[in-house]
Amino acid sequence: MSRLIDVEHLTLQFDTDEGRITAVDDVSFSLEAGEVMGLVGESGSGKSVTAKSLMKLNPRNAVYGPDTKITLHLDDGPVDVMSLQNDREMKVVRGGAISLIFQEPMASFAPAISIGDQMVEQLMIHTDFNKAQSKELSIEMLDRVGISDPSTRFGQYAFELSGGMRQRAMIAMALSTKPKLLIADEPTTALDVTIQAQVIDLMKDLVAEFGMGIIFITHDLGVIAQTADKVAVMYLGKLVEQGTVRDVIRKPAHPYTRGLIAALPTLDDIDAPLTPIPGDIPSPLERPPGCVYNTRCQEVIGPRCSAQVPAFSEVQPGHAAACHLYDPAEGSA
Amino acid sequence: MSEKPLITAQNLSVHYALRGGLIGPKPFVRAVENVSLDIAPGSFFGLVGESGSGKTTLGRAMLRAAPISKGDVLFDDGDVAYSLKELGKQELKDYRKRAQLIFQDPYAALSPRMTVRDIIAEPLEVMGLTKSRAETDERVREIAEKCRLNVEHLRRFPHAFSGGQRQRISIARALVSAPKFIVADESVAALDVSIQADVLNLLKAIQEDMGLTFLFISHDLSVVAHVCDHVAVMYLGRLVETAPTRTLFSAPRHPYTKALLSAIPSLDPDDRGKAQKLDGEIPSPTNPPPGCKFQTRCPMAIDRCRVEEPILESAGVEHNVACHRWKELAN
Repeated sequence: MSRLIDVEHLTLQFDTDEGRITAVDDVSFSLEAGEVMGLVGESGSGKSVTAKSLMKLNPRNAVYGPDTKITLHLDDGPVDVMSLQNDREMKVVRGGAISLIFQEPMASFAPAISIGDQMVEQLMIHTDFNKAQSKELSIEMLDRVGISDPSTRFGQYAFELSGGMRQRAMIAMALSTKPKLLIADEPTTALDVTIQAQVIDLMKDLVAEFGMGIIFITHDLGVIAQTADKVAVMYLGKLVEQGTVRDVIRKPAHPYTRGLIAALPTLDDIDAPLTPIPGDIPSPLERPPGCVYNTRCQEVIGPRCSAQVPAFSEVQPGHAAACHLYDPAEGSA
Repeated sequence: MSEKPLITAQNLSVHYALRGGLIGPKPFVRAVENVSLDIAPGSFFGLVGESGSGKTTLGRAMLRAAPISKGDVLFDDGDVAYSLKELGKQELKDYRKRAQLIFQDPYAALSPRMTVRDIIAEPLEVMGLTKSRAETDERVREIAEKCRLNVEHLRRFPHAFSGGQRQRISIARALVSAPKFIVADESVAALDVSIQADVLNLLKAIQEDMGLTFLFISHDLSVVAHVCDHVAVMYLGRLVETAPTRTLFSAPRHPYTKALLSAIPSLDPDDRGKAQKLDGEIPSPTNPPPGCKFQTRCPMAIDRCRVEEPILESAGVEHNVACHRWKELAN
């Protein structure tokens, strides 16, 4: 496998009327080609903002930290995403090397332009295809994602398709430019479970066929367990745990990940009581000092937790958590 | 159920008229079709199905918030007995006190211009349940404490609260008129996992404490498994299976119930690809297929399923299933 993207010290703040809000705080990760990374977190954890930063797709009031470095490794050499200034330069990344699928496919298609015209438009912008070739490829892609009668669907509008069909069309559109990296932001959350299962299967087939990297953003650990190779867990803008999907789900190291898994109702033992994580997620305006999770953590070990930001420590090879429990210095304290 | 049910749907149908052509009878959608259901007092009754299955409409019909086209809903809490189809104006007003709804979205359900105290007190004032402001305040404080809301917070506005806190405010508002029957429509679907468990535990505690009966509508079978004692599964306006929770999850009989259970993503990464997948999507209720409504997606469908609609039949203690083939598929 070859390296696809390196994200180093990604920090992102928003200037708002109420002050400067930290949305992402010193997040680093990398992804290989053909790898699926699950990015898990609850609302406000900064997972969507993190993913959008990879193509600098954040509003004007976004301020990136000075140490932020995002390197995309393409066939023609590495691209420093942070150095790209205007829309013309961004074209390499946006819709070129990286495609994005949103949660709500109804909101992502323009309502008054047919599905086909939208697919053709983006192909003509990002590839050398002419109109006829673009149409041919679009219909082929619609067929590929399991849409029946693709040439009819090509001429239809978003409102004429069901939720599952719309999400398939969205995937077809995102993949038609042959991106290196696909960012899927809660792609199945708005769908019924039976349709979700179909879309997950489809995405797995497509990774195998196209060999692209995927960042799969979701709050649903079950979906992650079924799709991802590795997992990154976020809480209040901080990355708190990283590792392979088996390690993180079977042996969660960070107290937040453990709490999240314990709070999940499962069908294995329906009599087991549900264990909520106490308290509420703090407002991003009132980020707790020290470890961001210390206000809700059940395993606080001392004043250190609310004073010092924990660094990542390796729990075992390839599995790391940002928690003072695993801090080597803790042994002497 | 030996106990007298609190609420009963009797061959209930809810039809909505569509804008139709100029000639011929007006077309309509059968959102709920011929549903019969008993809910015992003190039950936490789950209603599950995909979007478009009619579960919300059924819940609303039980609150008389959707038109009853055929059949009836009977309510009997020991004090009063109502036939919801026949309800007069005064009786309907009284029924509103006894049956309440908790909404899905705690962000949309609360007026941003009212304080938490006023939001919770509004049902009391509208229904004229209290005689003085002092009495209202007393009731609001009482119910707020039950819902684990900080009494100090009553003077604040909803925007100051998180999703979980807002949902507790919605619950307090629904409970303040001391209802007997609560319809909770996807009441935890908008909440984060770490908060969801807390709200579910609160609902359970309140139900036991106040002796309430819940109709808990949800698309999430794992949540239903943990909180409900009985479950009904709907598909395209019909009930396809009803059973005590334990029975439904250990021995589902309807192919649709089986498919729903199997589609829940497992937390075990090594379970990949084991799920039994369902093709296609739920058909439009304006144009339902003939015979069994599930036949277009059912992996077990035979010729009979395409012409004859199955009716609910007993498959065990309190266990009913509407499938021509459940018996042969059970073994």
